[in-house]
Amino acid sequence: MRVFMFHLMPYQYMDMDYQKRYRAAWVVLPNTEFDPKKGHELYNRYLDELELCAELGFDGIAVNEHHQTAYGLMPSPVVMASALSRRTKDCKIAILGNAFGLREHPLTLAEEHAMIDNITAGRVITGMVRGVGCEYFSFGANPAQSHDRFHEAHDLVVRAWTEPGPFAFEGKFYNFEYVNVWPRPYQQPHPPIWAPSMGSLETIEWASHPSRKYVYLQNYSAVKSVQRYLTMYRAIAEKTWGYTAASEQLGWGAPTYLAETDAKARDEAQVHIESLFNKFLAKTPEMMFPPGYMSASSAANMEQHKKQIRGNVTVDGLIEQGIILCGSPKTVLARLTEAHKLLGFQNFLALLQFGTLPRDLTEKNIRLFAAEVMPALQRLTDKEFVGMDLAAAG
Amino acid sequence: MTQTIDVRGCKTNVRRMGKGPTLLFLHGMRGLDDDPPFLRQLAARFDVVAPDHPGFGKSDDPAWLDSIGDLAYFYADFIEALSLREIHLVGHSIGGWIALQLAVRSCERLRSLSLVSSAGIRVKGIPRADTFMVSPEELGQLLFVDGKLAREFVERESDPQRFGFNFKNQVTSAKLTWQPRLCDPQLEKWLHRVSVPTFILWGDSDRVIPPQYAEALHAAIAGSTVKILPECGHVPTVEKPDEFVGAIAGFIEKAAS
Repeated sequence: MRVFMFHLMPYQYMDMDYQKRYRAAWVVLPNTEFDPKKGHELYNRYLDELELCAELGFDGIAVNEHHQTAYGLMPSPVVMASALSRRTKDCKIAILGNAFGLREHPLTLAEEHAMIDNITAGRVITGMVRGVGCEYFSFGANPAQSHDRFHEAHDLVVRAWTEPGPFAFEGKFYNFEYVNVWPRPYQQPHPPIWAPSMGSLETIEWASHPSRKYVYLQNYSAVKSVQRYLTMYRAIAEKTWGYTAASEQLGWGAPTYLAETDAKARDEAQVHIESLFNKFLAKTPEMMFPPGYMSASSAANMEQHKKQIRGNVTVDGLIEQGIILCGSPKTVLARLTEAHKLLGFQNFLALLQFGTLPRDLTEKNIRLFAAEVMPALQRLTDKEFVGMDLAAAG
Repeated sequence: MTQTIDVRGCKTNVRRMGKGPTLLFLHGMRGLDDDPPFLRQLAARFDVVAPDHPGFGKSDDPAWLDSIGDLAYFYADFIEALSLREIHLVGHSIGGWIALQLAVRSCERLRSLSLVSSAGIRVKGIPRADTFMVSPEELGQLLFVDGKLAREFVERESDPQRFGFNFKNQVTSAKLTWQPRLCDPQLEKWLHRVSVPTFILWGDSDRVIPPQYAEALHAAIAGSTVKILPECGHVPTVEKPDEFVGAIAGFIEKAAS
């Protein structure tokens, strides 16, 4: 298994009572709530944490994109990936993801990813995402065109990376006379593309297509949902597309916290993980799912999810549902090994910093994970996977 | 009362009732019920034609639909398909925007134009409400002065029986009006081309498109007249139906004379 550290880079100094004044920590939280001096401290601390993971032997480090929010300070994950590219030597740098379709000119991102791929001799992983609903407010991008525009931006970028330029691109949303990206990516035919998701049939069908076979990454989900969606990927590959998906095409991402004992881990994580789910992630259903962002069937399914995001989340509920992994190294390793046996995912992304988790606890968490959990995970192979249980995709 | 007509391959649901001069009513973002009372009232005096726009209600959602301008061209085809002439065109909210886009292209088939709480233009410094950002409860309060009507609106929005209808209308509304929100900054350049008698009707308490927009349209369209309805929000057809029908009929009877 390949093991990654995933960072969201939250603005930890957010006023935790902001909900009395603003409807969300996204889009409408005034940027006067951001203090650049604290921003300086946080950016450098968070980059230190990712660099530490690179030194400790993680297979990769991962950054992501969100806009106009205290949830994550990376409107451009490319900037973070660039900073990491010269400070790390061997690990993958995963940009999970960039919202290519939100851009008026997606080739600017294609150029930047290719640049980092050259600098790092091919260590870039490109995540392609539509962006969460809030981004459509922030960007003024039309949510009703989200899927179509995402697909067209993807096609444009992959063609730009793989076909000799210059050529003309004639699309619905994008029209360019000269597509001729310099530099070409270091990796051939192009950097691996991943599709991070919170669970979407449309994304799975698209990512698993035989012409793509992209890594599908399930984030922020109860272990039951992880099982459902990863099995769905295998089932669609088998039944719809007629091939057997490799376990390397599947990934799971989860907040992870370790301490010497289960009780200590729970107590240390509590306030910080609850801040992530109840404060940083909190947003209204209208911001999360603007019209057209989801298909009618997905929107109907989401009614349940909407209730979840309104509710008050507790550390015990998160542990019980398996949305987070929290406990002693032995407990967390046992949970992951058991999940791997059932699901066979060959990529795991640990969110080892979350919410308000401070520097000292984050470093302790990273070191414990790297020493006592990661080596055993990295030894896991497809041999330990018991095989697809189709009932789990139901 | 309702019929489906085929306009160049787009199946369009149309309510048609009454006798008299032709009145083509273009609805707003939330679509139109099968038999709204204000249309019944208008049908006592007019030959009322009230379609569901493509992408709304029971009409097709055609692949070509991307913009309000597309709907303006669609209605040029629609008018030809039904051989409508001497039309009194009435548009509410984004229906007013479609009507304006049609009128600046050609007023040939029009006899008059009525803009009710109309979207379309941008008045700098006077924002339109972001109806996509707010909860159904907040939206009810933005749309209506009358608290009871606001509560009824919320019930309709959350009625599972209406999920498909609401979903379709909201997605198409987003597709057509998201960016720039609820306006076309280019439109005002061409308002001089509106060459038929024009009536501008607004609620004094419209919190979606504030009444300053009525003044701006009045200033831009030569010879237009304005009426402001007291204690009325963004939806005069529901909040003040009698006053709405009286004002529209009064204007049209004068314009047609």
